[in-house]
Amino acid sequence: MREVSRDRIKAFLTLLPSIILIAVFVYGFIGNTVWISMTDWGGVASLAENPQKNFVGLQNYVELFTGFLDARFRQDLVNAVYYSVLLLAGAVGLGMFIAILLDRKPRGEDFLRTVFLYPMSLSFIVTGTIWRWLLAPQGGVNIVPTFFGGEKLTFQWLSSKQALLLFNWQHLLPVLLYVVAFVLIIIGLFTLKGDTPKALKRYLLPGLGLGACVWLFGDLLPQIYFMEEMHGFNLATLGIILATIWQYSGYTMALYLAGFNGISQDLMDAARLDGASDWGYYRHVAIPMLKPITISAVIILSHISLKMFDLIFAMTGPDNAETGHPALNMYLTTFRANEFSKGAAIAIVLFLLAAMFIVPYLVSSYRQRRARS
Amino acid sequence: MSKTLAKLLFALAAIVVLGAMPVQAASNLSGELEIFSWWAGDEGPALEALIDIYKKENPNVKVLNATVTGGSGVNAKAVLKTRMLGGNPPDSFQVHAGQELIGTWVKADRMEDLTPLFKEQGWMKVFPEGLIKNIGTDKGIWSVPVNIHRSNVLWYIPANLKKWGVEAPKTWDEFFAIAPKLKKQGIVPLALAQNWTANHLWESVALAALGPDKWDALWSGKLAFDSPEAVKAWELFGKILEYTNADASSLSWQQATDMVVDGRAAFNIMGDWAAGYMSTTKKLAPGSGFGWMASPGTGGAFMFLADSFGLPKGAPHRDNAIAWLTLLGSKEGSDAFNPLKGSISARTDSDLSKYNDYAKSASADFAKDRIVGSLAHGVTANETFMGDFATVMEMFLKTRNAAAAGKMAQQIAVKSGIGK
Repeated sequence: MREVSRDRIKAFLTLLPSIILIAVFVYGFIGNTVWISMTDWGGVASLAENPQKNFVGLQNYVELFTGFLDARFRQDLVNAVYYSVLLLAGAVGLGMFIAILLDRKPRGEDFLRTVFLYPMSLSFIVTGTIWRWLLAPQGGVNIVPTFFGGEKLTFQWLSSKQALLLFNWQHLLPVLLYVVAFVLIIIGLFTLKGDTPKALKRYLLPGLGLGACVWLFGDLLPQIYFMEEMHGFNLATLGIILATIWQYSGYTMALYLAGFNGISQDLMDAARLDGASDWGYYRHVAIPMLKPITISAVIILSHISLKMFDLIFAMTGPDNAETGHPALNMYLTTFRANEFSKGAAIAIVLFLLAAMFIVPYLVSSYRQRRARS
Repeated sequence: MSKTLAKLLFALAAIVVLGAMPVQAASNLSGELEIFSWWAGDEGPALEALIDIYKKENPNVKVLNATVTGGSGVNAKAVLKTRMLGGNPPDSFQVHAGQELIGTWVKADRMEDLTPLFKEQGWMKVFPEGLIKNIGTDKGIWSVPVNIHRSNVLWYIPANLKKWGVEAPKTWDEFFAIAPKLKKQGIVPLALAQNWTANHLWESVALAALGPDKWDALWSGKLAFDSPEAVKAWELFGKILEYTNADASSLSWQQATDMVVDGRAAFNIMGDWAAGYMSTTKKLAPGSGFGWMASPGTGGAFMFLADSFGLPKGAPHRDNAIAWLTLLGSKEGSDAFNPLKGSISARTDSDLSKYNDYAKSASADFAKDRIVGSLAHGVTANETFMGDFATVMEMFLKTRNAAAAGKMAQQIAVKSGIGK
């Protein structure tokens, strides 16, 4: 008993320095940013020796989501959602695909593995500059078809003003509810085969019900903005998403490859004996076993996509609203326009978004550990 | 650690003796001088030339050249802000003359008034009055301008214009007369690049639409951005955009200039650093190889922007900094710097034999034209306004709604306290 408690004290003392440092430099500064985001620090004399900061509550946040002058932030936020979703789908999908190909042990696998992983080692600024040249409207990718006798492409990868899936910001609430309903229905359809009653009760019926309710009574929901403002998926972001996927699919490939190598040969042989095809083996044995890897890939990529800054800065510059991102907006708002409080509010919004990805993971892994011990 | 301590002590000492020190340019100065700027790359040699003169005059001073690279000071300004907030100001720092300095640093009470220096050196007479008005407030003069650039210049290649059978337009109406003709030949009438060059074009267009007096009124808060005149400027701007290239936002300003040089576009409106680019990089002779004139409708007006250096309160080596500022404003200093930088001197008595043909013509205009400040380069509006104006511009480029842009611009003008 005494031995144990002394051990604990030692452990605590060893951890103490990092606890203090993290408490001050991570959580302390998060707290400070929250505080700044609730003041009016900005504008004239914001850089005085002792700038005036008055508490204004949530006003900065309200302005960001419903203010006339902050339309750009809202577009950036919508962009961030598309960046995250497409980066996740692209990098995880492509990485897994390459990993499966390499797992088949083709000749030169070592070499290919290095080739695919290599983009990871470049900095975003380098990647961004290369891809900006490749995607230039007058050259690069656009003139590739001419080598095969085709027509020159005219798509403007980084400066297109077209947008898809437009929605009115006024109708944000119904749109969000539709998305929730849609996701529920999709999950329901996927689980329908395995566990029919659960799928119906938990996902399909609530999803359909929610969708129907919004469709019928959506007009009753309050409009959060006073005039029509359209946001959507800007095609100009395609170029940036392409560059990010190019850079990170090698990384997810390495994760999956390590996972595949860790699966014992016995399992594979057993699956083969039971008559599983290659596709069946990966679909029902290998990939489900790599769920932890998928989860960590999702978490790492999602927070990368929420911190995207250098790549966009290098590819389209600071003032291209079509390809904007809240992280870039935060920097410009804070250090160019001197609006420190609003910049802090944007930072906190990003922080909460990142928490949305990470907290559920932490909670579930904590529960699992508890259940095990 | 000991270095920061030493700096602190220096700062304390400077505060103690502040004011008691006589303003002087003696050569018995010692210690250090830290100059903060974003002049690296092409502009580095010009700064080096100045530092060399300074070292000759003050052999005992150790000059620390703290450069943070990045065009227009995008990165340098952020670094400077964190340094100032952290209580660690450089001795003197580069800043765009005008509201970019005044709105951010003077309003925050971080700068020293340089009026005594201006009077002592006789600069009140050698700098044009319009310039001094733009770098000062009613409380003082806040920075020493090192160079002058002109914003409202139209660039073209004379040989190309002859080939296409057009002449450089003096007004926008003339431009609209020839633009469709050019377009029919497959030539872009006006080359444009990414967002900030749209701001740059806008200020030239607005100056043409409003005239110098109303342009000034806009920035003193006497004319609203949503007034019919100002909205007309946006309408004219929208009409001009019809004749620009569609891939503008993915081009740098050099690429837009290239379009003119290669004959893919007829004209380009850009600051006169384009003259340096075309003569140095593209090896074209000023006058015969490339031509220029005041942008349409702005003849007789000189829209300027300037780099300048100021003296922050609490500068660790104040005397050394004042000697630096004295050098910057002197004839010797500015004539050493500007021919290398490709700009003209802010002084009206500079030695023109050291400058190229373009600079000679710009200097002549600078001495006689009506001087107005540039928006895109920080003279007329503070940084809060400029940050939001980029958003207004993006909105306008997307929607082309002149009335909405005027209204939005007026809102940000109120928010950022323009004219107060």
